[in-house]
Amino acid sequence: MSKHFFGDTAVLLGRSLRHITRSADTIITTAVMPIAMLLLFVYVFGGAIDTGSVPYVNYLLPGILLITVASGIAYTAFRLFMDMRSGIFERFQSMPTARSSVLWAHVLTSVVANSISLVVVVLVALLMGFRSGAGLPAWLSVAGILLLFTLALTWLAVIPGLVAKTADGASAFSYPLIFLPFLSSAFVPTATMPGPLRVFAEHQPVTSIVNAIRDLFTQQPVGAGLWTALAWCAGLLVVAYGLAMNTYRRKVS
Amino acid sequence: MTTRQAQAIQVHGLEKSYGGLRVLRGVDFTVARGGIFALLGSNGAGKTTVVKILSTLLKPDAGTARVNGFDVAAQAADVRESISLTGQFAAVDEILSGRENLVLVARLRHLGNPGEVADDLLERFSLTDAAARRVSTYSGGMRRRLDIAMSLIGDPPVIFLDEPTTGLDPQARIEVWQVVKELAAQGTTVLLTTQYLDEAEQLADRIAILHEGRIIVNGTLSELKRLLPPAEIEYVEKQPTLEDVFLALVGADGKDRNAGTNA
Repeated sequence: MSKHFFGDTAVLLGRSLRHITRSADTIITTAVMPIAMLLLFVYVFGGAIDTGSVPYVNYLLPGILLITVASGIAYTAFRLFMDMRSGIFERFQSMPTARSSVLWAHVLTSVVANSISLVVVVLVALLMGFRSGAGLPAWLSVAGILLLFTLALTWLAVIPGLVAKTADGASAFSYPLIFLPFLSSAFVPTATMPGPLRVFAEHQPVTSIVNAIRDLFTQQPVGAGLWTALAWCAGLLVVAYGLAMNTYRRKVS
Repeated sequence: MTTRQAQAIQVHGLEKSYGGLRVLRGVDFTVARGGIFALLGSNGAGKTTVVKILSTLLKPDAGTARVNGFDVAAQAADVRESISLTGQFAAVDEILSGRENLVLVARLRHLGNPGEVADDLLERFSLTDAAARRVSTYSGGMRRRLDIAMSLIGDPPVIFLDEPTTGLDPQARIEVWQVVKELAAQGTTVLLTTQYLDEAEQLADRIAILHEGRIIVNGTLSELKRLLPPAEIEYVEKQPTLEDVFLALVGADGKDRNAGTNA
């Protein structure tokens, strides 16, 4: 690792954060879609979905938070793609900088942008009646899970950012990620799903992450479920980081 | 004085293929310190590939290249300390202002006084009035000037200019030529690629022609001219070219262009 890694990453992070503040629409559009889903499901479909004694907005919020992250990371792929296409990526790579700083700056920018979007979505949920008796440790645990999830998905987004041929291609990979929560316990209890779908839904990462966040919000004992969720997040992060760095090395060598 | 110090760039037997396409088939040349070396070739001749290998963005399949005495494969970090790359398309950040672009590069080159460096370059490249504007509002010529200004930060001894005037209008082209001449006058080594014969003729002290993956000739302009039979003397009425007319009408000095935008 170059001695300038942290300094260079900070300089480049400053650059991408400036991009975000000058195109605040990227944060707004990231938050708008999950908020629209929140409104649609709570006020239109929610009444017909049986979640027992839990108010539907409380039931739904964890899944909506994951959808927020999944749609937010598309901008990482987009911004990285724009850097590749404009030639500024090559300029940075031909300079005496720590080379991987360029990627880390985009990843950290994604964490900042997604955190803002997540706060906006939670505030809207509070306005819609979301309530949680969770204390500070539980909220911090939720933030930690979401941070890991954001990092994992962002490193995944780095790959299309590096290899895409068009801006649309760079962002399109996030569509299946946005869809994945529908096939989980995010919107409806999995018990109502038919056999094979139910097996898939109960064993895919979104369900365990959603359940862990839901338990933390409702002050249920989290137990082994939390560790499954963390293992999914950490595993995804390691795999995504490895694939992204591998793609990056093939690109710059 | 060793050859290592006398030669800024040494390239031997460089080969590179993309899939089955052999782009470089054994390229050899050297560039003396402080010289302007033009690599001339048609589109697809492999000029950009040579520049990318020399600026450590691509690894050659075979052959060696040394820049400022450092091997591009084994001492890539030292090479990157010694060079600046100005690619085929102005590599500037459109969302930042001109000044922010310069400060960004100065910080990444770890200079102690990035603001001062930026202001000096803005002045030198007649961009002071546009300094605070977003680069997306700049004209093509201003963008290229900013791009080259970014490449000068940190005074690297070797500068690569990959088709620096492609897509520029005649005035902007003359401005770029002026900058390149000033650089060489200060002792910077310049390797430029171009597909314009007059550009090589105007700027370079040595010209190499890259054709089908090899350097087919390499010499000074007069050496290259001697390769052909002696010129016959003919009477020709010297008509002004359209470029002469254009420049005479709009003013060729290239000043007062800061207000120019694409808009």
